[in-house]
Amino acid sequence: MESILFYLFAFVAVFSAYYVTKSRNPVNSALWLVTTFICLAVFYIMLDAPFMAAIQIMVYAGAIMVLIVFVIMLLNLGTTTKGRYARARVWASFVSILMLILTNFFIRRSIPTGKVGDVTKQMVESYGHTELIGKAMFTDFLLPFEIASILLLVAIVGAVILSKREV
Amino acid sequence: MIGVYHYMILSAIIFSIGTFGVLMRKNAIVIFMCIELMLNSVNLTFIALSRHLQNMDGQIFVFFVMTVAAAEAAVGLALMIAFYRNRESIDADDFNMLKW
Repeated sequence: MESILFYLFAFVAVFSAYYVTKSRNPVNSALWLVTTFICLAVFYIMLDAPFMAAIQIMVYAGAIMVLIVFVIMLLNLGTTTKGRYARARVWASFVSILMLILTNFFIRRSIPTGKVGDVTKQMVESYGHTELIGKAMFTDFLLPFEIASILLLVAIVGAVILSKREV
Repeated sequence: MIGVYHYMILSAIIFSIGTFGVLMRKNAIVIFMCIELMLNSVNLTFIALSRHLQNMDGQIFVFFVMTVAAAEAAVGLALMIAFYRNRESIDADDFNMLKW
């Protein structure tokens, strides 16, 4: 059952990821990208990470995609189909297939160590995934968390300044 | 049974497709979307290995990747709007204002 689900969603994810690159219209690319994000959220649920699936849907498929679609419509790019570089397909295929072969080689060669941490499946089920993440984030990763808030503030100010007409 | 290898191969495939799109397309927004695709495939690797190694750190890392991606989306799209005001296009070929 899990295998069937995995292969089904893997096929949909790869197919829609390919169509992100192939669609002539940027709005279509954006919609295919949403499909890919939702498939990845399903994988996160299969990997016992429901909180990550929720924020994948909310942050990526919600917020970021709304931003991208909004900009596409604001700039009226829906009909520009000029497209691609000459001979780009050959070189891009060459580089990406080379990259795929290389990563496959390293994945096959590497052996994951038998060393495991203390967060078992039973623990995730009894505590709840969100609580475990919150505990880790507000104890061990408190400083990165605060830095992330400053990063978001800087991003807000930067976006407003950049898109203003006259400074 | 689906193991960690399956997820890693899948995310390698999605990452390669993202590279393909970045290299092939001219439209800056589509290039941007392909970069998001690559970020997401790395997130999938992080979560798969986090489950495999039974450690929470990978998922915290995914959280920060998402934060940085959101900040990047806001600033990148603002840059594109500013660029479009100047050049009336967002083709990657037209990003040549620093060229002498």
